[in-house]
Amino acid sequence: MKNNFKGQVIPINRDNVDTDLIIPKQYLKSIKKSGFGAFLFDSLRYTSTATLDSTESREEDELFILNKKPFRNGNILISKSNFGCGSSREHAVWAIQNYGINTVIAESFADIFSRNSYTNGLLLICLDKENISTIINNALSSDSYQIEIKLESNSITLPNGDNIIFDIDESYKDRILNSLDDIELTLRYKNEINDYEKKMKTIKPWLFENE
Amino acid sequence: MKNTLYDKIWEDHCIRKNDDNSSLIYIDRHLIHEVTSPQAFDGLDIKKRNIWNKNSILATTDHNVPTINRDKGITDPVSKVQIETLRDNCNKHSIELYDLGNIKQGIVHVIGPELGLTQPGMTLVCGDSHTSTHGALASLAFGIGTSDVEHVLATQCLNLTKEKNFNIIVNNNLRPFITSKDLILYIIGKIGTSGGTGYTIEYTGDGISSLSIESRMTICNMTIEAGAKSGLMSFDETTHDYLKDREFLPDAKYYDQALKYWETLVSDEDVIFDRTETFNAEDVEPQVTWGTSPEMVTSVDGTIPSSDAASNKEEYENTLEYMGLQSGTDIKSIPLDKIFIGSCTNSRIEDLREAAEVIKGEKVASNIKQAIVVPGSGLVKAQAESEGLDKIFTNAGFEWRDPGCSMCLGMNDDFLQPYERCASTSNRNFQGRQGDKGRTHLVSPSMAAIAGIKGHFYNVREFMNEK
Repeated sequence: MKNNFKGQVIPINRDNVDTDLIIPKQYLKSIKKSGFGAFLFDSLRYTSTATLDSTESREEDELFILNKKPFRNGNILISKSNFGCGSSREHAVWAIQNYGINTVIAESFADIFSRNSYTNGLLLICLDKENISTIINNALSSDSYQIEIKLESNSITLPNGDNIIFDIDESYKDRILNSLDDIELTLRYKNEINDYEKKMKTIKPWLFENE
Repeated sequence: MKNTLYDKIWEDHCIRKNDDNSSLIYIDRHLIHEVTSPQAFDGLDIKKRNIWNKNSILATTDHNVPTINRDKGITDPVSKVQIETLRDNCNKHSIELYDLGNIKQGIVHVIGPELGLTQPGMTLVCGDSHTSTHGALASLAFGIGTSDVEHVLATQCLNLTKEKNFNIIVNNNLRPFITSKDLILYIIGKIGTSGGTGYTIEYTGDGISSLSIESRMTICNMTIEAGAKSGLMSFDETTHDYLKDREFLPDAKYYDQALKYWETLVSDEDVIFDRTETFNAEDVEPQVTWGTSPEMVTSVDGTIPSSDAASNKEEYENTLEYMGLQSGTDIKSIPLDKIFIGSCTNSRIEDLREAAEVIKGEKVASNIKQAIVVPGSGLVKAQAESEGLDKIFTNAGFEWRDPGCSMCLGMNDDFLQPYERCASTSNRNFQGRQGDKGRTHLVSPSMAAIAGIKGHFYNVREFMNEK
């Protein structure tokens, strides 16, 4: 991810967007990490359901935000509180990213969704209720609403030039910017993990009796 | 320095503190299933990484398996590939798999505790948010995404940031026919679905300690619906009694040593939690959800609330439109189409006994299109059959199925048709959760049972007093 980027906002004007809504269960049968973008917000986006292997084209629900210009090509999703609640399905993060969205802004995020976003390098930004309302309302009433996210100054510049400063954990930012291999990083502590196991084999031997 | 139960398990598993506020935490037990593991195994293959400790892992098939006609195999080709991928991965890495046809197969959060694979003081993870269930056995258990499944497979660890401590105290006892499902729905109604975000919740008080372990599991299970990844309950005599004779318990030569450790798994007296809320179990009535979030809940004698209480009127109206309901409607007047008794929340033997007690000698109402009972595991199914519960269900017109997640999420063939309304013992009433445009009302097993018999909601307390 780049330090600074600009994009069209996609407002999802509600609380509690759950991961079932982001990607319904029938698409979780896939054994891949890709191809979920076509099913993002599936039950809101189309007038009928589909399966992973169905091929017929479906009618879009023209009232849904993603089917309207300019939101269709947006890459910054904005919503209200408790975004990503419910199921731990990482497919929700993959679906958002596969669609082409690289940032989600909300009042708050559910814990497991936050974690999955972190491991996949999906940028999450928390803003207060007032700023969220401003952006959602302006985006909904504008032909185009592009905001600029500047990670080097932790700020968002709105189309009217206003700046919003956000809090972000520096290690999280580092993780997002550098897409690190988490497993590789943990395996640098291989010896510590082995030492811990050795110790536990004495303190809690019952945990290792199958070996 | 006084510590909570969470602090103690955390410290016991902390290998090192990282520079960034996170810690490297050792994971004792890893449960996997077909839906959230294939991409993790694929990731290992791509990087040519090995599994750190295959003995810490147990696999089962649950989310996407048929609960009927298993002898015909899996007919949906996409589902079949997913199940076969798990088989191949387990085979290749020598991981124990309880597959279809094995009596130990079942919902991952039912089989972990029932087999003694879940033990007090363990850190336990699974690629499923309802892993919180296992906290009822004083195990620090939480759901993870697929990247973290891969991380645990490869390293036996996760880099985690510690949550804050939240104590929910429940005083007094639940009244007859009011269950722990009603209690947790009541609590979620009070603290909201993000009330526990950023916390680990420990439940204490005589309203908890008086409950059986299976009842406690229902509360820990739905802790994720209150926003917290983990629910915890301290080890006590009830925990000890539950664990006795479970298959995978510590060997006799280590048992006393293990027990001595388990007995330390309680929060220190007078420890200060970051947040505390207190509830009175006697206030709890049978609960029914009316909306598309578990916090949209009221008592069975209540009505659909008016929009005055809603923070977002538009969202409230959308919810009622989706649910096909109007404000002011009596909950008891809502007619139902389907009944689902099952899921990791309520598919254990005590849940089935509770439902059977209500159903015994009754018939499913004529407006109910389908009523199904899906036991949580092969062992639960066998136990229920040995007690004759299956006959009580089938004589009343309920279908008796094979174990799996089934209509809780409707990945298999058990799902709601558009606009069908279901009284469900599961955990989520989200839009489309049980089937596209389906309408879910979350209730306890006895409330689902009486709804099936009446064809609409009914106060199970009144019914049992009349019976």
